[in-house]
Amino acid sequence: MKTFLRGSVAATVLLASSAFAAEPVVIVTSFPDTMTTVIEKAFEEAHPEYDLEVLNKSTSSGVKYIQEIAGSNTADLFWASAPDAFEVLKSGDHLAKVGIKVDGIPDMIGSYPMNDPDGAYYGFAASGYGIMWNERYLAANELEPARDWSDLKKPEYHGHVGMSAPSRSGTTHLTVETLIQGEGWEKAWADWKWIAGNFASVTERSFGVPDGVNTGNFGLGIVIDFFGFSSKASGFPVDFAYPSVTALVPANIGVVSNAPNEEGAKTFIKYLLSPAGQKTLFNPAIMRLPVNPASYADAPEGLPNPFGEGAIAASVKFDVDTSGKRYYVVSSLFDVMITYRLDDLRAAVRAVQMAEAKHADGSNAEAKELIAEARKLIEKTPITEAQSLDPSLNGAFTKRRKKATDTVDRRQAEIEQEWDAQVTANYALAKQLADKAAAM
Amino acid sequence: MTSSSRPAAGGRSLADRLPDALFPKLSGPAIVGLFIAIFLGGFLIFPVLQVIYVAFQDPGSGALTLRNFGDFFATSLFRESFVNSFYVSAMSVVFATLIALPLAYITTRFNFGGAMIVQSLGFIPLIMPPFVGAVAMQLIFGRNGTVNLLLREHFGFTIPFMDGLNGVILVQSIHYFPFILINLSTSLRNIDRSMEEAAQNLGSHGMRLFRKIVFPLAMPGYIAGAVLVFIKVFDDLGTPLLLNVNNMLAPQAYLRITSVGISDPMGYVISVILVAFSVLSLWASFLVMRGKDYATVQKGGGGLARRDLKTREKVLAYGAVALILLLVLSPHIGLLLLSLGTVWSYAPLPDGYTLQNYVTMWENSQQYIANTLLYAGLAALGDVIIGTAIAYIVLRTGIWGRKGLDYLATAALAVPGVVLGIGYLRSFQGIDVPFVGEPLASWWVIIAIALMIRRLPYALRACMAALQQVSHALEEAAENLGASKTRTIRRIVIPLMMGGILAGFVTSFATAAVELSATIMLVSSDADSPLAYGIYLFMQTPSGRGAGAALGIVAVVIVGLGTLLSQIIIDRDKKLKTQSGDH
Repeated sequence: MKTFLRGSVAATVLLASSAFAAEPVVIVTSFPDTMTTVIEKAFEEAHPEYDLEVLNKSTSSGVKYIQEIAGSNTADLFWASAPDAFEVLKSGDHLAKVGIKVDGIPDMIGSYPMNDPDGAYYGFAASGYGIMWNERYLAANELEPARDWSDLKKPEYHGHVGMSAPSRSGTTHLTVETLIQGEGWEKAWADWKWIAGNFASVTERSFGVPDGVNTGNFGLGIVIDFFGFSSKASGFPVDFAYPSVTALVPANIGVVSNAPNEEGAKTFIKYLLSPAGQKTLFNPAIMRLPVNPASYADAPEGLPNPFGEGAIAASVKFDVDTSGKRYYVVSSLFDVMITYRLDDLRAAVRAVQMAEAKHADGSNAEAKELIAEARKLIEKTPITEAQSLDPSLNGAFTKRRKKATDTVDRRQAEIEQEWDAQVTANYALAKQLADKAAAM
Repeated sequence: MTSSSRPAAGGRSLADRLPDALFPKLSGPAIVGLFIAIFLGGFLIFPVLQVIYVAFQDPGSGALTLRNFGDFFATSLFRESFVNSFYVSAMSVVFATLIALPLAYITTRFNFGGAMIVQSLGFIPLIMPPFVGAVAMQLIFGRNGTVNLLLREHFGFTIPFMDGLNGVILVQSIHYFPFILINLSTSLRNIDRSMEEAAQNLGSHGMRLFRKIVFPLAMPGYIAGAVLVFIKVFDDLGTPLLLNVNNMLAPQAYLRITSVGISDPMGYVISVILVAFSVLSLWASFLVMRGKDYATVQKGGGGLARRDLKTREKVLAYGAVALILLLVLSPHIGLLLLSLGTVWSYAPLPDGYTLQNYVTMWENSQQYIANTLLYAGLAALGDVIIGTAIAYIVLRTGIWGRKGLDYLATAALAVPGVVLGIGYLRSFQGIDVPFVGEPLASWWVIIAIALMIRRLPYALRACMAALQQVSHALEEAAENLGASKTRTIRRIVIPLMMGGILAGFVTSFATAAVELSATIMLVSSDADSPLAYGIYLFMQTPSGRGAGAALGIVAVVIVGLGTLLSQIIIDRDKKLKTQSGDH
């Protein structure tokens, strides 16, 4: 059966190739089928000389795939949201530095550079982060939609919020880092822990969050904008809002080193950035923000224009350099303090919320002091911002030994165990203090 | 167990002498064993070593070390994960037994209308396509699933079925109990009726008969199934991940291996520990079984006597079976509703019904379905051939290192699919297939091989259990009558094992058909993709959920039909044997 299929496919290809040669362009992407099919069709119509072959893998599998096949590479393009995945590929010399210039595309999107300065990858669509909610769920639980990060800390949202982890999803990492840069290290981590104390779960995939909100498994989710827009466009009773502290970042595309069809790959990128290619992003199944400001003339209702005035308040000036320096430390800290210790954190946060509700008037000084103490324990972060940027600490996480003689002193497992011990002890003590206060 | 001089005994035909002349020291089974060892070495051990050597490498200096294992035991999170994994696995075996035992017992021991359908339906849960299974379970049993929404509306309370480890245990027992059901049923069918009659003559009946005679005789099948459930749950990654439970070993390994850019060796250390622990549990099960002879001689006499049920018993039995089936099929009921529904959000049932999802699915998925049938079919065929060969070598020959073959094949259970996938890419990307001109790692056959390796342990367990129940005396009788070794295997051993072999085929096929973790690494072109990958693609988008569920239903139907077919074959086979035994 298969051989027959293969045989007939081969025959068709042979026949077709005598008429016109449609060269394959192989693209590895994390984008869903519904998105790639639309763009593939449009591209092949505009450039019948190419045949786009789409390989869908999750971002992390895609990165591993490109790394593993590098020896005899068969992929032409890598196409995904998270800029950090491109950074990883670029640092391993897996991306070709092709010079592509398309008129009309600005150099910056908000405060984020649109393209890689070395030309290894290019932004093709903008994304912002925000809060998505399920209308039915909120109505049934008599809740108001949360419109800002600080709203998510409120006790009424306890057990109703979902999010992915920065170590699992590059987009989530950006959300976490954006808040850290926007509010400062100490305050942002404290905020994240108060928000996480209200989590229903930390999902393994970034798509797990819109999925959880769509099904009503939890009521609110911290997601990238197009998940909200496309869920709504698919008919789910959900909505989305950008909070005040957010950053717009580009989703990217890059040519793989030693691509079998580099010309085809470049042609695809040029098409994607052209006005015709940018317009495909308005398809209801895609709903991403084009990076070519001219495209917004045809934008559908409800899609904000990041280049217009005041549509999205991207107040944070996102520093890519800082983010890159402590990338893995932030991921790991989040996992140690939140993902892996969610039960402990939730219990501690709930205890504080209960104690505060009982002593809302603040008249009991002793209880107030206990609560303040408990809050401090929960908010405590094992390392300071300066430590987070320390190259020797970060080295323990990346261990990219360039030469055999390079050595790294500390091990990730060792460091994480230290943090974990501190964090679990703090959470347990915080719960104890808060319970004591509540009993007064 | 026989001595190693055995193969030399018996008639020496030319076919027997020729290999002896070519390979003077090796008997036929030894050559086969050697080939299997080389195959497993090349497609399992070598690729996996390519990946997990990192576990033994000092992350700082790159030197060989065991320090990473020290770190593992020094980390409280890992110790806790280990305990959680153990607890969940053990509890899953308990619950899976509670589900499987009544089904197996009622359908094999009583004249029970629809026994065949129950056996087939009882198999369906194993075919839980990734992503959809958990979505469906959440929709039915989740915090705001059908059951809890109704409970809250009418009674004002909810039951946390799916919270944390409970959810994992629930889903795993429902998912994997068929391993026990299949193996236990096969064992029960193969028990010699005369044993039971002898006990009855001596005055034993009811629970005592079951406890003292029936269950002990069915032990090989039960243990085979229970060990599979235990190891599978211990290593399983999909369910805890989809329920967002991180504090277990397999998810910890996966999360650490697949994090973008982080090169933490702990993920690989955990993989090594998973493999070691699985082999250990297997070894423990061998210890339990050691020195016990479960073979029954009068295979021709048919299985246990089937009794007619009294009316009251009948009602009870049907009630119990219906209840269990409703529970174990609930994910599939959820899946069906999802595939037929329009929008299903925070409501007991979908808002409306449509066939559009099936249309969308069919337009895009025919290639996936054809590929899946091909890959899973090839994989399962290879599995039962290798499984039967290994079972024979382990149980019937004295070849040196035969147990090693068993451990080797079974170790595949413990290798996370991602690790195997990465290992294949790392090992075979540089090797071009002759005449095809593609790297071996991106040739479609490699997907079938990966599936074959991943599912081999299932087929092997089934084949082992089947062969354990074939009395050695029957083969000796055949050989005494002058049959050659090969002829004995072909005419006596294989036919008597057929039920077990078929069970192995179906298990391998069904689970291979919905496997994702290794294939997602290996798929190198859309035209080569299997069905599970198609489901994965659909399930990445809000609008694709229905179509993904529809494709999941197609998978369930395909595998369900296959199971029903093999049940019919087993039953007909059984009847033929019973008839000939009556002469």
